[in-house]
Amino acid sequence: MADIRNNFVGIKSPNPFWLASAPPTDKAYNVERAFKAGWGGVVWKTLGEEGPPVVNVNGPRYGAIWGADRRLLGLNNIELITDRQLQLNLQEIKQVKKNWPDRALVVSIMVPCDEESWKAILPLVEETEADGIELNFGCPHGMSERGMGSAVGQVPEYVEMVVRWCKQYSRMPVITKLTPNISDIRKPARAAKNGGTDAVSLINTINSITAVNLDTFSPEPSIDGRGSHGGYCGPAVKPIALSMVSEIARDPETLGLPISGIGGVTTWRDAAEFLALGAGNVQVCTAAMTYGFKIVEEMISGLSNWMDEKGHASLDDFTGRAVRNVTDWQFLNLNYITKARINQDLCIKCGRCHIACEDTSHQAISKTKDGKRHFEVLEDECVGCNLCVNVCPVEDCIEMIALEPGMLDQRTKKVVEPTYANWTTHPNNPMRKDPAVEPAE
Amino acid sequence: MSEGMLKNGISAGRLEPGQYARNFSDLHPPLDKHEAFVEADRCYFCFDAPCMNACPTSIDIPLFIREISTDNPLGAAETIFEQNILGGMCARVCPTEQLCEEACVREEAEGKPVKIGQLQRYATDIAMEENAQFFTRAPSSGKTVAVVGAGPAGLAAAHRLSMHGHDVVIYDARPKAGGLNEYGIASYKTPDGFAQAEVDYVTAIGGIEISLGQRLGGDLTLDGLMGTHDAVFLGIGLGGVNALRAEGEQTAGDGLTDAVDFIAELRQSDDLSKLPVGRRVVVIGGGMTAIDAAVQSKLLGAEDVTICYRRGQENMNASGFEQELAAAKGVTIRHWLQPKRVLSENGKVTGIELEYTQLKDGRLVGMGHTLTLPADQVFKAIGQTLDDETAAGLELRGGRIAVDDEGRTSRPGIWAGGDCIDKGDDLTVTAVAQGRDAAESIHRYLSGN
Ligand SMILES: Cc1cc2nc3c(=O)[nH]c(=O)nc-3n(C[C@H](O)[C@H](O)[C@H](O)COP(=O)(O)OP(=O)(O)OC[C@H]3O[C@@H](n4cnc5c(N)ncnc54)[C@H](O)[C@@H]3O)c2cc1C
Ligand SMILES: Cc1cc2nc3c(=O)[nH]c(=O)nc-3n(C[C@H](O)[C@H](O)[C@H](O)COP(=O)(O)O)c2cc1C
Ligand code: SF4
Ligand code: SF4
Ligand code: SF4
Repeated sequence: MADIRNNFVGIKSPNPFWLASAPPTDKAYNVERAFKAGWGGVVWKTLGEEGPPVVNVNGPRYGAIWGADRRLLGLNNIELITDRQLQLNLQEIKQVKKNWPDRALVVSIMVPCDEESWKAILPLVEETEADGIELNFGCPHGMSERGMGSAVGQVPEYVEMVVRWCKQYSRMPVITKLTPNISDIRKPARAAKNGGTDAVSLINTINSITAVNLDTFSPEPSIDGRGSHGGYCGPAVKPIALSMVSEIARDPETLGLPISGIGGVTTWRDAAEFLALGAGNVQVCTAAMTYGFKIVEEMISGLSNWMDEKGHASLDDFTGRAVRNVTDWQFLNLNYITKARINQDLCIKCGRCHIACEDTSHQAISKTKDGKRHFEVLEDECVGCNLCVNVCPVEDCIEMIALEPGMLDQRTKKVVEPTYANWTTHPNNPMRKDPAVEPAE
Repeated sequence: MSEGMLKNGISAGRLEPGQYARNFSDLHPPLDKHEAFVEADRCYFCFDAPCMNACPTSIDIPLFIREISTDNPLGAAETIFEQNILGGMCARVCPTEQLCEEACVREEAEGKPVKIGQLQRYATDIAMEENAQFFTRAPSSGKTVAVVGAGPAGLAAAHRLSMHGHDVVIYDARPKAGGLNEYGIASYKTPDGFAQAEVDYVTAIGGIEISLGQRLGGDLTLDGLMGTHDAVFLGIGLGGVNALRAEGEQTAGDGLTDAVDFIAELRQSDDLSKLPVGRRVVVIGGGMTAIDAAVQSKLLGAEDVTICYRRGQENMNASGFEQELAAAKGVTIRHWLQPKRVLSENGKVTGIELEYTQLKDGRLVGMGHTLTLPADQVFKAIGQTLDDETAAGLELRGGRIAVDDEGRTSRPGIWAGGDCIDKGDDLTVTAVAQGRDAAESIHRYLSGN
């Protein structure tokens, strides 16, 4: 039986599945239920400074996009940080931590960007005996207009400064939560590291408008006829989050910096992918908001079974294993040549591969054979682009087959070379380097 | 069980009063919006879609389903009606499991085709309820066309002709338009007066006059019609019924009935509790008519209903779905039995003697052994025939009117389509396709190209 216990910057939890700071972690009632359901940890809904709490809109705060059968693919929200009294949150945090000593309880914080504010709140949180703090530099709406959240996260100098205060005025581990609303995610990560952060977590939500109401011409969600951009999350953002996690994981300047992976984690498989790309654990929000806390059971069992099947005894066995395979385009092997092949036994003859390739790719799939409906790849036209695989409704029906060295590529009429060769040395590259230079892997 | 079911002989009122409405309600309740979205999501939007190729009217099925899924049901309805102006009826009566849904790639993928018929109904119902009309007439051509028969073939032809600017007069012998949509199709497939509503919807384009109680072969003659119109389209269906060729058929008296007459009476009845049916019913035949007569007898309260077909199950014209429906309603289907003698006493049918059959060298032969089934009522459902005096002067082929690929009969200026032609296949949707295509041919002829 695989061991899925997690140790993230010294914070221990029975599994790597944490609930992200958001409505599911808003109060003791939810968090207690989450722990009962089996979640390994939570990051408490972001606390603000002492005083009257923020107010939320009183109309709809969520928008969404859906896939087939109204499966929720992307969620957008304009909620702010906690709208409950600071003291009430602190009391509850303290009690919950006492009740659940084996679970991770991290407290998310967002206060104005000045030293006094941070200096004031840190001891209050420390007093709860929570396991650590997460700095919310990510919230892209509302709070950012007040100079907090992503307004801080977008300026690496501010990130570094605030992290430094936190390390200075508290003994708790600090996790810096990054905003994806920035062009190079490595910059704030480096800044956080320079400030002394123990870890980064990402991604927070992405600026978004999910829809426009075509009757009222209001963006959705509509508050009395008007809307504001919200934060986008859920399955749709996973590819963006994976890429950002991998960028930080393979950046020489942040090498080894622990990462808590967030964004679209919905199944055990998503979690395993984040871990493989260098995350030390994952945080989940939308999936829990869509299906409730029970989904963690599937995550735990799926991850353990997969680890058993692959012979990974603990999380460390595979964490970061995909990082070294993430590289720049220029280092991809141009001598790796694939051709699509359709498994005729699985093919249901919908013709989608044909029309996709015919209209938008390389005219490499025929539609008839002996006068009958039949779809087959023409090897002398196929560039191996994978579009047909992606549009085929039947899983594994179209396979990409790599040509062995020595075989003839029917399209280029060239023999496949056994050697690795990339763009940096390609004759068409005006800036090509001396072929002797090895790829930076 | 109600008392009425035990009455011997042929009798009305076999069921409790409330039961009739329940028995004859919609076979497939319509999809609501949510169900339609879920089902539409299943469509793969296939290239050169197999379902579309399997539809006799070639409706662009992937397109209309996509339109439904984007909440554009009127666009979907227009896509359907462009090819098949009786798309509403076809959505209800097509044996989709032998047509579009049999070809659907999801049938091959998981044995569960997209419910194309139900989706078609969803879109057409919305358009028809709003009376959304999608077609307008071209400027008048000054030509008039006589259409004989207000069934699916005639209505489809009339609509297309009117669209092209020709004036149409539809003549029909019956007191109501609609053909078998009104008088034949099982009532649980098209309840609530849908057939008449559809006639109104189709003729709302204008330029179509319907003249009822006008019989070709009676007051109307082909020569007369040719004299008063620029072209003639015949969509007269099949008026006659095949004989059983069994002993005692002529003298059987009460209880030996043409299934189509029984069904027509049932369709026109406004109080089903007054419609008599036998306690024990035998239906002779293997097609849709046999199934419909049997199922509806059962629904009227017949205790024991048996279909006897002279060949094996695989030869039955009724689709697998229809056969299952009959079985589910409690009808017994027996194979390899042909009628030998109708038994009667005092002018009333008492039973039928059947002979077992088999195939010998590919030919169906009687085996000499017989079986007698007691029955109060025996329905003949062994196929309809062309009432040939109506087609006098036209070349026939296989007992039906011979036409070329465009629907032209042997006599210039006269077209035909639907069940009455040699290319008919006893399906509403085929009749629609043939009516529509003949109209295009007539239009080319009238516009001189
Ligand atoms: C009991 C039964 C059930 C059926 N169920 C189905 C089903 O579920 N699905 C399906 O697809 N198909 C079904 N069919 C077949 C379908 O009804 C026919 O294929 C279709 O109606 C043929 O259309 P049509 O226009 O050619 O002829 P019809 O619908 O028969 O219409 C012919 C019209 O011409 C008129 N007419 C006939 N002779 C003359 C004349 N001499 N002068 C003037 N008018 C005349 C008639 O009154 C009638 O209105 C069924 C048929 C029957 C009998
Ligand atoms: C309604 C809502 C409120 C959120 N509030 C916070 C918050 O207060 N603090 C924070 O750091 N992140 C907040 N988030 C962001 C989530 O913690 C998380 O980073 C994001 O939703 C991506 O993860 P997911 O794809 O699993 O939902 C919120 C998200 C949602 C949907
Ligand atoms: S891989 Fe690309 S080029 Fe090759 S058949 Fe598929 S779509 Fe066409
Ligand atoms: S997309 Fe897939 S299932 Fe469809 S025809 Fe192509 S290979 Fe077959
Ligand atoms: S065959 Fe089935 S899946 Fe394909 S377009 Fe037709 S209905 Fe849709």
